[in-house]
Amino acid sequence: MEWLRRLLLPVDQGSEFAKHIDNMYMAIFWLSVIMFFGLMVPMCYFAWRYRFKPGRVTPHQTHNTVMEIVWTVIPLLLCVGLFFWGIIGYMQFAVGPGESMEIQITAKQWLWQFEFPDGTRAVNELHIPVNKPVHLVMTSEDVLHDFFIPDMRVKRDVIPGRYTEYWFTPTTVGEHVSTCAEYCGKGHSDMKAKVFVDTPADFAKWMETGGDEWMHHTPEEWGRIQYEQKGCQSCHNVDGTRSKGPTWKGIWGKPVKLNNGTTVIVDEAYVRESMMQPGAKVVDGFENIMPTFQGLLRENEIRGLVAYIKSLQ
Amino acid sequence: MSTTTVDLHQDPHGHGGEHDPHHQHHFTTMEQQFDTSKIGMWLFLVTEVLTFGGLFAGFGLMQNKYPQEFVAAHEELKRWAGSTNTVVLLISSFTAVMAVLSARTNQGKKCAKYLWITVGFGAIFMCIKAYEYSADFAEGLFPGKFYSHHGDLIAGSHGYATFFSFYFMMTGLHGLHVLIGMGLMSWLAIRASRGEFSDKYYTPVDLVALFWHLVDMIWIYLFPLYYLIT
Amino acid sequence: MEHTLTSGNVTADRPRPAKNYLNETTGLWSWMSTVDHKRIGIMYLGAVSFAFLLGGIFALLVRLSLLNPQHTLFGKQWVTAEMYNRFFTLHGAIMVFLFIIPSIPASLANFVLPMMLGAKDVAFPRLNLTSFYLWVAGAALAIGSMVLGAVDTGWTFYTPYSTTTDGAVGLMTLAVFILGFSSIFTGLNFIATTHKLRAPGMGWFDMPLFVWGIYATGVIQILATPVLAITMVLLLIERVFQIGIFDSRIGGDPVLFQHFFWFYSHPAVYIMILPGMAIISEIIPTFSRKTIFGYRAIAYSSVSLALLSFIVWGHHLFVAGESDLANVIFSALTFLVAIPSGVKMFNWLTTMYKGNISFETPMLYAMAFLFLFAIGGLTGIFFATLAVDIHLTDTYFVVAHFHYVMMGGTVIAFLGGLHYWWPKMTGRMYSEKWGRVACALVFIGFNMTFGSQFIMGGQGMPRRYFNYLDQFQPIHAFSTYGSWVLGSGLFLTAIYLLASLKTGPLAPDSPWGGTTMEWESSSPPVVHNFEEQPVFEHEPYDYRHRTVTHV
Repeated sequence: MEWLRRLLLPVDQGSEFAKHIDNMYMAIFWLSVIMFFGLMVPMCYFAWRYRFKPGRVTPHQTHNTVMEIVWTVIPLLLCVGLFFWGIIGYMQFAVGPGESMEIQITAKQWLWQFEFPDGTRAVNELHIPVNKPVHLVMTSEDVLHDFFIPDMRVKRDVIPGRYTEYWFTPTTVGEHVSTCAEYCGKGHSDMKAKVFVDTPADFAKWMETGGDEWMHHTPEEWGRIQYEQKGCQSCHNVDGTRSKGPTWKGIWGKPVKLNNGTTVIVDEAYVRESMMQPGAKVVDGFENIMPTFQGLLRENEIRGLVAYIKSLQ
Repeated sequence: MSTTTVDLHQDPHGHGGEHDPHHQHHFTTMEQQFDTSKIGMWLFLVTEVLTFGGLFAGFGLMQNKYPQEFVAAHEELKRWAGSTNTVVLLISSFTAVMAVLSARTNQGKKCAKYLWITVGFGAIFMCIKAYEYSADFAEGLFPGKFYSHHGDLIAGSHGYATFFSFYFMMTGLHGLHVLIGMGLMSWLAIRASRGEFSDKYYTPVDLVALFWHLVDMIWIYLFPLYYLIT
Repeated sequence: MEHTLTSGNVTADRPRPAKNYLNETTGLWSWMSTVDHKRIGIMYLGAVSFAFLLGGIFALLVRLSLLNPQHTLFGKQWVTAEMYNRFFTLHGAIMVFLFIIPSIPASLANFVLPMMLGAKDVAFPRLNLTSFYLWVAGAALAIGSMVLGAVDTGWTFYTPYSTTTDGAVGLMTLAVFILGFSSIFTGLNFIATTHKLRAPGMGWFDMPLFVWGIYATGVIQILATPVLAITMVLLLIERVFQIGIFDSRIGGDPVLFQHFFWFYSHPAVYIMILPGMAIISEIIPTFSRKTIFGYRAIAYSSVSLALLSFIVWGHHLFVAGESDLANVIFSALTFLVAIPSGVKMFNWLTTMYKGNISFETPMLYAMAFLFLFAIGGLTGIFFATLAVDIHLTDTYFVVAHFHYVMMGGTVIAFLGGLHYWWPKMTGRMYSEKWGRVACALVFIGFNMTFGSQFIMGGQGMPRRYFNYLDQFQPIHAFSTYGSWVLGSGLFLTAIYLLASLKTGPLAPDSPWGGTTMEWESSSPPVVHNFEEQPVFEHEPYDYRHRTVTHV
């Protein structure tokens, strides 16, 4: 019944946990189907068989102790069985193996920041090597979020002011999506990240260089991709309208008024500084709410963004 | 379904003809009405216990989170004021009982007197609380973001402000209930002096006294929690 | 004595009284100042129907927003994320607090429960009217909140988003606070009524099961709602004073809010379903013309559900960062709470066995309830199972689950009860033909709207999502079409019910042959309910001395 599993659950079973969860889900599903038909078939049969006939006398059946005990005990036993099965699965993955790679996740409205043990950071893009356990240590900088990778069957709330943890082991190479699963405001449904499960070799390469995808795009194109993927578009529009931050359209090379009364020209230095120290120069009429991207953008990504902004005349 | 019925048209009140003006028509007897009112009042008191219970639970959890700050913060409270208030409320509960007894024994004027005394004790309680609050405000002890006290040991900790947030919330809510009780008893005292209550009908006095006992009880839990923790 | 029922009407010979509770006194003030439980029930019926309409409009807007991922209608984008977030929040808040919690108790039970006990009114009629006006005040504040910026926090108000976001959160929490008291006083009234106002000779196990269900609901209302009240107060104070209880930035704990909130809100869902189950326990024996099977089991299961409902709230926090021990305990307890509901289903089904069943609209709704609540209840098992909950929580699977139990359960039962007691309350028969058509539309539309959501949720579609991946668009569109079918069925119901007030045939005292005491009165009843005070003489749901010759 693989086709049914693929209909009811994510097609990919990206982690060890996923197979276990899917088996449980399908078991409960079939149990429910049996229970459901066990109730509905008699209901429909009784409705037809005992439809109204004038003069029919109905028996005065008030109770039947044996039956009532049976249909209380059997569901109870089934529930106990499911409970233990659920616990076993949960406990297996609630505490991870000792040699997991720890990844620090910081959620903020509305992006995901990943940090590896060696200090490498990435925004909205997670690379992990296949078949190696991963230990997520997560916190939020503002409101509640939830890190959810459907293909992995991974989900855990991300809470401000404390850390939450999760372990999983990815088992197939490929690209997956992670979504935010705790309502967090306007950008809740845009708060996605890509989760790449790499071969060990690819993973090592990515850690060194951040991958080589950038070489296959023009700088402006690469910049546009960063604009979409690194969270810039949550606050900056490119069509001339204002959002939480100023628009990027038509600003290159033009003067812009800051909130301290001075005026600067939008050039490469200004754009770089705005990404790394956003509070240093705040455009007049906007609030100082931009998070810093220090350590979160690679050089090729910064150059791409600069080129992209330049192209938006 | 076969039932026997009682035709109520001939004897609409179901009794000899003597009719208490307080008898509500959906009850067959005054006794049934009184018992039902008592049940209603107890159910209401249960909801009060759960409301304050939520605040007690919150306080307990916060105390767990900030043990040192809570101990230090409680030193700022005046034990003599809390203790006096405890005695005041205990005595007022006694006078409330006396008011019920007087009502039940047809002594309307005495009932009114005891009710006014109870109100008086409530007023003493509120005055002492008002004094405490103003002294606290003078020290910068305000709830939440308005907390401006200096000299806290663990600088930057939210624990002190949280203590006082809970302190003002719980004693404030309690104080509101004291005021409501005082208002109700004043109203009843006026009715009692007009001779409205008797052994046949003293339900309002009984119910408001019950309310007052709850208010007292809540203070009995508040007092050690806030004033005596070490 | 053998009664031969024709048209189910035991007392066909009794002349219809000239004056009843509807026309004994006239004028707006006589209604606004009434302490008659029947009039209050009717006013509540109008009130909760209005709330259902408002909440339903927001639901249709939610579904319309999700018709396609571009959020366009006829090529133009008409809704933004900020608007959408308000749509789903207001849909939830209105439906939960203004509609479903009061629905059955305040409207139908208010009308019927005292009569079922042979009483002239509830224990505290003035408190009953106060409950109604508290509802009105809460509704006014909620509407005020909608107009003055609305709320975008989700009906669950999770912190710290709710303590820091813009919008009229304060007004809405104040509305919820006041509505809580309306609910508490209703429950208080029914508990006292059940204890003290039963007809002479009627013991606890002689009462109709509807009363047991409403009584159990009242217990929850008394014990749980105050915790909601204080939670709303704390939320409000956190917003205004920043006391640092829920907001981590000032030393608070966001998960504490979730505990406080769900400590009420889980029992609250039993406030919603128990009255629905109570109605089913009335409809099935009546239309099967057979005594209810397992009376005591159903009565005990109502009370045990009420008590068990208080110890399972943690299952809403399985992924919220709680300890594994807590999660394990709550999982076990959640499985336990499934059992009493299952027992009821078996009992209702066995009541139909060897019955003599007719399929008027109330019975159709009762059977729809069995179908839909079975699905709703069984899908709860997925969530009780800890490991599976991790994947399914916060997805459309849970949205589908709770709509199956709340709407497929409570609302369907409410509609069944509404049709069942409509003749009693209004003195008119509604159109049976339109009743069946509307029931079919509601049933089909409901399954289209929410059945499809189980699939989406399992595939990983999160809830409260404005934007979604293209792969989910076909299911979203199907669900939206279903909402139109569902809406049309409900709209049709309102039309033919209201039309019956003018053009429906006059109703007999007991159109369905029911055995409970409310059917002894005229339809509509006189002001004091019974012209003669009934005295209870035999066990409930006794059909032994009745032979029905035709319906």
